[in-house]
Amino acid sequence: MTATEILWQNVRPLFDALPVTLEVLGLLLIVGLTLGTVLAFAQAYGRRPLRALCVGYEQLFRGIPPLVVILLFWNGITPALGVPVPGIVVAALALGMRSAAYQSQIFRGAIQAVPPGQMMAARSLGMSRIQAIRSVIVPQAFRLAIPPWANEYSSVVKDTAFICVIGGLIDLTRQALMKLAPLSMRRPIGTQLILPYLIILGLFYLALTYGGNGLLALLERRLSIPGFEMKGKVER
Amino acid sequence: MSFFEFTGTVMPRFLGAVGVTLELTAVGIGAGLVLGLFLALTRVYANRVLSGIANVYIQFMRGTPLVIQVLVIYFGLPPYFKAMGLKPLSSLAAGCLAMALNSAAYQAEYIRGAIQAISSGQMQAARSMGMTKMQAVRSVILPQALRIVLPSWSNELIYTLLYSSTVYFIGLEELSYASMKVASKTGRVFESYIIAGVMYLVMVILLSRMLAYAEMRLRIPGLSIEERGR
Amino acid sequence: MPAESESRLGDVVLRVEDLHKRYGKDEVLKGVSFELRRGETKVVIGPSGTGKSTLLRCINQLSVPDKGRVWLEDVEITHARTNINHVRAQIGFVFQDFNLFSHLNALQNVSLGLIKVRKMPKEAALARASEELARVGLAEKACSYPAELSGGQKQRVSIARALAMDPKLILFDEPTSALDPELIGEVLEVMIQLARGGMTMIVVSHEMGFARAVADRIIFMEGGGILEEGTPAELFTCPRCERTGQFLRKITELYGETDGQ
Repeated sequence: MTATEILWQNVRPLFDALPVTLEVLGLLLIVGLTLGTVLAFAQAYGRRPLRALCVGYEQLFRGIPPLVVILLFWNGITPALGVPVPGIVVAALALGMRSAAYQSQIFRGAIQAVPPGQMMAARSLGMSRIQAIRSVIVPQAFRLAIPPWANEYSSVVKDTAFICVIGGLIDLTRQALMKLAPLSMRRPIGTQLILPYLIILGLFYLALTYGGNGLLALLERRLSIPGFEMKGKVER
Repeated sequence: MSFFEFTGTVMPRFLGAVGVTLELTAVGIGAGLVLGLFLALTRVYANRVLSGIANVYIQFMRGTPLVIQVLVIYFGLPPYFKAMGLKPLSSLAAGCLAMALNSAAYQAEYIRGAIQAISSGQMQAARSMGMTKMQAVRSVILPQALRIVLPSWSNELIYTLLYSSTVYFIGLEELSYASMKVASKTGRVFESYIIAGVMYLVMVILLSRMLAYAEMRLRIPGLSIEERGR
Repeated sequence: MPAESESRLGDVVLRVEDLHKRYGKDEVLKGVSFELRRGETKVVIGPSGTGKSTLLRCINQLSVPDKGRVWLEDVEITHARTNINHVRAQIGFVFQDFNLFSHLNALQNVSLGLIKVRKMPKEAALARASEELARVGLAEKACSYPAELSGGQKQRVSIARALAMDPKLILFDEPTSALDPELIGEVLEVMIQLARGGMTMIVVSHEMGFARAVADRIIFMEGGGILEEGTPAELFTCPRCERTGQFLRKITELYGETDGQ
């Protein structure tokens, strides 16, 4: 068998593992978006004790590596629950709760970037606070949040690689790790195939980050309003 | 054994692992800064070909998980080293290298953003008094860019600390790997990971405080992303 | 007075010959030529968008002209083998928007060129810089950062920065246009002192009072060329060219005449 054939033989299973990564990615984004939004509004408009609680949550989840959060959730907490929880759910919760901490900061920043005059103008028309938030603040904040949210998206795509430590969950990275040993057995060139194989694995993630970012850029352009944008700042 | 007794017995191993975590972080951020600065200057000031190459490197590193980069350096490259007659890297060396190469790509983007945020008038004023481009970059552009970049750089340092846990995958005993080992050896899984989590949290909080202090000390009126202008 | 002052002018310091510059489709300069003599103050006036700033930038090659030549004394600036940094060190440039180095305080702004370009020892450079700051009346602002200075103060620091290099001439690119009206006077005052003190300078400006008071000669530019050049008396009282008269009447009507004293 030629090197290309061996490589292809081992790349095909990656396509089978892709849906697992995608599912976790989708679920974690939903968790992060929902919880992040709640946290952001609680911080922007909530009472002081509530705000402090949210700040604590953010600091906690932004201060622990995603790998450790996953290990803690899967090996430390899940077994103690007494009911079987699927790995995908645990993965999405661990990464989603972490992402919520970052997303809430993004949304809060966007809410606060809307000039205070907007709220005053809305209230001066007789709108209630909730009405003003819903029909004036949110539409503006939403647009401002897209670029930083795209960064967060790239960030979590890469974090999904850590879910490979969850037993029985065969995602992209886990699948590749399982193929490394058989690949290097293929004497004499086997070990030299590891590098191209890993780079191909990288291309899967690259496609996810840039594909998603492309869609978000499209969304941003569709929603763009002349003269309304936040100055660009590179974020990780 | 109570939680506190347990903590006491495993603490030496955890502290040793924290040392490795800090080492990875320091090398990653330090070497990453040097390489990142070089990449950023190449992106902004070099010709199209070099700038393009730097860009491909940056985009690839920023678009793929650190896990893969660590694996490439520890498992992917050594067969080629061997073919060239070089010795394989130790897991610590591979870990440090991966951290630095990864962080460099992020730092390059922050620095590039900062350089491009500086008004073109600064360069013109420097050139108009007879400075060479190199002199202008060194004594006018970079001192400003590096101050502007400081908040992003602080974030990057925290990220580097958190993501140093990635070398877990090549069996290097830093904090995450140590906690996994202790968890499986003692069976006290929950406690082990909680201890690791708290230790990361403490490091992050201490580092953030120190960086905030440094930012305050280095502040120059009118020189930051938020309040810049004439 | 302008007529007598002509006699105190020395040899030719700067010669500009047939400068052309084009940005894409726009031809901004269509063959500009003039001479500047030692001790002369030349004020360039004209409607906006007629290439006045481009002309200044082409002189010290911040913009590279497409055609034409510029000499500083007997050195051809536009020649490919001329060390442009060496030439720029001898030509001061004052920008409309100051361009003070944001990370340096006033004193450091003025001394940077001395240290990096003139290779002066740091103490000597700082001493020289303090003198120049004192000369523009800002000795007490030495340690202030640009963001802590008013517009007028910033522009005075930038003039001191140019002066410190001991230039053969200084180019002023609309030095008062970015200033609030009440801050214009302090900058003009410094410039008037310089002109009276024998500094060689080209000033692009809309300040007619200043032009009338201190210009040895005024150039009126329009559409990328020089329409007319003459002493203030000639231009203000009987311009040869109808457009010049129109422009001067319009600008006096709009901005009045700051008396430049």
